Amino acid sequence: MPEFRNFTINFGPQHPAAHGVLRMILELDGEVIKHADPHIGLLHRGTEKLIETRVWAQSLPYMDRLDYVSMMCNEHAYCLAVEKLLGIKVPERALYIRVMLDEVTRILNHLLWVGCHGLDVGAMSMVLYTFREREDLMDVYEAVSGARMHAAYYRIGGVYRDLPDRMPQYAPSPWKNAATLKVVNENRQGSLLDFLEDFTERFPKYHSDYHTLLTDNRIWKQRLVGIGTVSPERALQLGFTGAMLRGSGIEWDLRKKQPYAVYDQVDFDVPIGVNGDSYDRYLVRMEEMLQANRIIRQCIDWLRKNPGPVMSDDYKFAPPPHETVKSNMEALIHHFKYFSEGFQVPEGEAYAAIEHPKGEFGIYAISDGANKPYRLKIRAPGFAHLAAMDEMARGHMLADVVTIIGSQDVVFGEIDR
Amino acid sequence: MSARLEKLKTALMSRLGKRLIRMDEALREVRAEVAAADYLEVMRELRDAPELAFSMLIDLCGVDYAAYGGEAGENRPARQFAVVTHLLSVTHNWRLRVRVFAEDDAAPRISSVVPIWSGADWFEREAFDMYGIFFDGHHDLRRILTDYGFVGHPFRKDFPVCGHVEMRYDPEQKRVVYQPVSIEPREITPRVRRETGWGKGHA
Repeated sequence: MPEFRNFTINFGPQHPAAHGVLRMILELDGEVIKHADPHIGLLHRGTEKLIETRVWAQSLPYMDRLDYVSMMCNEHAYCLAVEKLLGIKVPERALYIRVMLDEVTRILNHLLWVGCHGLDVGAMSMVLYTFREREDLMDVYEAVSGARMHAAYYRIGGVYRDLPDRMPQYAPSPWKNAATLKVVNENRQGSLLDFLEDFTERFPKYHSDYHTLLTDNRIWKQRLVGIGTVSPERALQLGFTGAMLRGSGIEWDLRKKQPYAVYDQVDFDVPIGVNGDSYDRYLVRMEEMLQANRIIRQCIDWLRKNPGPVMSDDYKFAPPPHETVKSNMEALIHHFKYFSEGFQVPEGEAYAAIEHPKGEFGIYAISDGANKPYRLKIRAPGFAHLAAMDEMARGHMLADVVTIIGSQDVVFGEIDR
Repeated sequence: MSARLEKLKTALMSRLGKRLIRMDEALREVRAEVAAADYLEVMRELRDAPELAFSMLIDLCGVDYAAYGGEAGENRPARQFAVVTHLLSVTHNWRLRVRVFAEDDAAPRISSVVPIWSGADWFEREAFDMYGIFFDGHHDLRRILTDYGFVGHPFRKDFPVCGHVEMRYDPEQKRVVYQPVSIEPREITPRVRRETGWGKGHA
């Protein structure tokens, strides 16, 4: 009788299916996983420590670089925590803009997720379709903030500026003749809201195409059904949130249960799974995209009817309008104070959490009354999810590890911070 | 909302009694403070008592209070290291923040809550890595975020932002070497903290 020993392999950190810089030490018995030990921290930048050395308003762009596929949602959590500590009121229009862009971000995130998840599992064409739609939403990001990814658009006290009245258009170039230009600029004739509304009308069709490609696809189901099953009890024990928790059949959505911004004013449904496997989590996230589309449409309607300020007028905590700075002494003083020393945040601590596309993204801020945070802890949903890797992968085949990573929707910007 | 918080506070008070060193409510969040000796037992009850039912541990992090309150040290706690956990009850839809201070500043130790919530595993490893807090009873207390072979606990207040060592490729030895940092720590905007009531009464 020959002696069989377990085999240990190294997966990552430069592996295309590792979604960034995940290194895993896998102990295998044949092709069956006995133990999975993820090594993280290869993207650790010490964000929390850096934030302690910056004034409160300066730290906002760091948030974009956490989960770098759902930028604005991260900013939202940070703004909520600081606004809670300061006790300032945010104009209602800004809240609607935030909700609308949070949902744009949710679609952006889920599109990237379903594309890459498909790519990992073998559905090569998915990523081409989802990135086509992502391009439109990236243009929305660019139109509101000037940046396609790291927007830094939400600010403490509101949002940086109102939505643009004119959607940027493609300019003539050697690669685009007049006929092409007419086609690509057709839905860019109006404002940003018109462009986004046009997208929300087109999106359900795209969405049903994704369903056609994947949902009943035999290979897709063979790779996902029954893989990485988590019972509701274990999901709670492991600290799962978001689609990971809902996929296991627990109805828990912060937008419904602990509403922030104006989520109590909009109408949407929360999908939940039954079996808690990768396929259910896939279905939950797919449905979330349609619900996000619904929320965006409601926000567009409201924003069309209700013009108004988008930034707090408490100039101790929000920069005064730039045009007043040159003519108004007080505005100049506020502007100077805000951008040099910053503002002092009252002593205390606050925890603010949002329903991020990946789960509960929380900011726990401690202030000792200074112009910089004393301690700022970022609660990243992916951190808790990846910690369950060993439990979810044990007993599955090596190829299923890739499915589980995809199904957890991990992004290393937020896990390593 | 506030009625629910009152209910939570009453339930906490009757369940924990004397083991609750302090409880306060600020910004519609409840914070409880317990002693390190009672910590494990209290946490187990928080999860198992049906009137509290904190089935989820959302977050666990270390805090170093060494520099709290600046030079004056106003309101600085007596102990340096604390572990703060955020709990969530899915059934009652409420949250709780639990703070526990480690008795010994030189070698802080706290009981591990992994037997209560499996999800605490990596959060405790992170607090160990960043602050050097030891978790008694943790099955696998290794560093998690820092490099292999890292020395020190980077989030402590006495650890400089630029670190102690830097890494470069040495063409002579043909490998990556570590050497003391060549940059000076600098602060662009100073940390400014004003005493309470500053600027009031001069308007």
